[in-house]
Amino acid sequence: MALGYLRNSPRRITRGLLDSQFVESLVSPNPVERYIGLLDPTWSRRDVRAEVVGVDRQTPRSVTLTLQPNSNWAGFVPGQHVGLTVEIDGVLTTRYYSPASRPADKRLELTISAHPAGKVSNFLVKNARVGMILGLSPAEGEFVLPSSPPGELLLISGGSGITPMMSILRTLLGDEHAAPITFLHYARTGRDALYREELERLAAEYENLNLVTVLTRETGPKLISGRLSREQLKSIHGDHANAEAYVCGPESLIAAAESIWSQDQLEDKLHTELFSLPEPLVVTEDAVGSVRFTKSGVEVANDGQSLLVQAEQGGLSPRHGCRMGICHTCVCRLESGTVRNVRTGEVKTVSNELVQICVNAPVGDMEIDL
Amino acid sequence: MPKSATKQANPITDPEFELTQEQLDLFGEELDALRARVLDDLGQRDADYINKILNAQRGFEVAGRGMLFLSFIPPAWIAGTVSLGISKILDNMEIGHNVMHGQYDWTQDPRLDSTQFEWDTSSPSVNWKDSHNYQHHTHTNIVGKDRDVGYGILRMSEDQPWHPYYLGNLLYATLLMTFFEYGVAMHDLEVERMVSGEISVTEKREEFDHIWRKVRDQAVKDYVLFPLLAGPMAPAVLAGNFSANIIRNIWSFMIIFCGHFPEGVEEFTEEETANETRGQWYYRQILGSANLTGGKIFHIMSGNLSHQIEHHLFPDIPAHRYSEIAVEVKEACARFGIPYNTGPLPRQFGSVVKKIARLSLP
Repeated sequence: MALGYLRNSPRRITRGLLDSQFVESLVSPNPVERYIGLLDPTWSRRDVRAEVVGVDRQTPRSVTLTLQPNSNWAGFVPGQHVGLTVEIDGVLTTRYYSPASRPADKRLELTISAHPAGKVSNFLVKNARVGMILGLSPAEGEFVLPSSPPGELLLISGGSGITPMMSILRTLLGDEHAAPITFLHYARTGRDALYREELERLAAEYENLNLVTVLTRETGPKLISGRLSREQLKSIHGDHANAEAYVCGPESLIAAAESIWSQDQLEDKLHTELFSLPEPLVVTEDAVGSVRFTKSGVEVANDGQSLLVQAEQGGLSPRHGCRMGICHTCVCRLESGTVRNVRTGEVKTVSNELVQICVNAPVGDMEIDL
Repeated sequence: MPKSATKQANPITDPEFELTQEQLDLFGEELDALRARVLDDLGQRDADYINKILNAQRGFEVAGRGMLFLSFIPPAWIAGTVSLGISKILDNMEIGHNVMHGQYDWTQDPRLDSTQFEWDTSSPSVNWKDSHNYQHHTHTNIVGKDRDVGYGILRMSEDQPWHPYYLGNLLYATLLMTFFEYGVAMHDLEVERMVSGEISVTEKREEFDHIWRKVRDQAVKDYVLFPLLAGPMAPAVLAGNFSANIIRNIWSFMIIFCGHFPEGVEEFTEEETANETRGQWYYRQILGSANLTGGKIFHIMSGNLSHQIEHHLFPDIPAHRYSEIAVEVKEACARFGIPYNTGPLPRQFGSVVKKIARLSLP
């Protein structure tokens, strides 16, 4: 114990010093990161950053990253997701992924599947390499097992929705969880099936694991095919009423599960997590939806005018200057939504980005930090 | 009638001026298209550029402060002071000024976020963004609205009525140049409007507190903590830090005054600029600004404000793009017969000094 403390103490002293008012005064008005970054790009006082230490492409359309987070990383619960930030064409872009590793592992494992329109996923599948520095946000999400795992478990995932299931499964099996676990995974083809070898090895090793992989685009005498249905479920798992069910995947899978479980009035036994891209918004001339100013709690019906005008009509008085898109005094963080630039007509869907509210009008529902 | 080669009248007030409203609209559309094209092209190159400048700034700062600790070797004092001065100039001009214009907001990088950025000078970013980004850039060279015309202390335009106070124009300008960072910070307080009774001191309480905190933090850092850390070298470090701040002040004053006050740059009145169209607004930005010619390093050290004309047309486009944009702007100006004021620093600055001297008299 004492030895461990001694070993850690130089680190603590350095940390304490870098956090001190003294050092802050020496580097003012810059954050201390600006200088430490010259030596160690992953170091930060508060931000979580990680270095890519392993890159594995287990299927042609995916990449599995092993990450070494810095000391600000506070861990996660199996099933949760983290924001992964990567620089693409000069823009820091964030998307959310569920770790597949166990919380007890020293390193974090993320498997990213390329979606046709996915900016981050396609970039990483193509360009991920060892040594890259990525940003991480603290883990969040309610799609987690209760602290004392339930008896019988039914895990269902589709495509890249396998990642939180891998974390749950690896954690439970590592903790010698004895109750039966049925893992039903949907992949398009055998080539696309993630973690296939590892799962087959686990199924051979652990008697309580019943592994079923459904290849939706392949047919064969020994294969189960087709999408999730009551009949299919019955043939795989006799009585799903006895199990606590966790479903993660695309919208169609979630919808199928919700329909089966609600017909059986078993909603409280079903836990779901949607893994998909937001639907692109259809842009019409008519203003629709509502604008929610999250800081002030004001909500107005979108009338198609600039966000600044709509905020003012809602009784707010945002900081602004020129009202013509020059001075950037009015920039605000747009939490989610689509905007149309009233000067150029350009339409852009953004999440958590700065926009000039004097020249941008909302297209449909939106949330803005005002 | 041939138009004057050096000075053109404002198209809004002079009916004989050659540019018609249609031509100005066309000119505005061309510049809008140029702007859209550049914004569309922003990407990795721009992020890499500003990161390189950030690294250089940090490098010069660390090296400068390090060398000042070795001031017992006289050349180290000189090199350290110059290096620290360069770092402060980069911080204020190519980084601070440009980041606070929102030129890099699109990168989503918190270090380059115009709403968060703070720079190493006395003027707090929030006050600066109001007086500079909004008042100066929207109302460029409109006497009475653009408070950068004379900074409330100098007479920089014939349109400002003469007063015996202005006999000291050159002296005030020299003082403003030397202590420019404090001048800019005071500028945000609108002291001249307090003196005239238009606003009360209490109205500016918040701004004053901001400025006081920034002035104090810089003084504690440059004039107390770093000298103390240097032990016996304290006086040399203090002198080096002070000199670096003055070097930065003089340089930024020169670049900024050359951007708007050389001979040939126009001022405007509120009446002639009321209800401007986009084309007219662009046109006023060009008439009210002047460029400086020079090499690549010179442009970087000026924060690319050597391309003041392009900066005023497109204040939120990353400044390192201005030299590329300038080729097209210059060509369009020539085609439309719009004067494009440019020249080397000694000539433009000489012209500014002459103007300050001339305007000290009625």
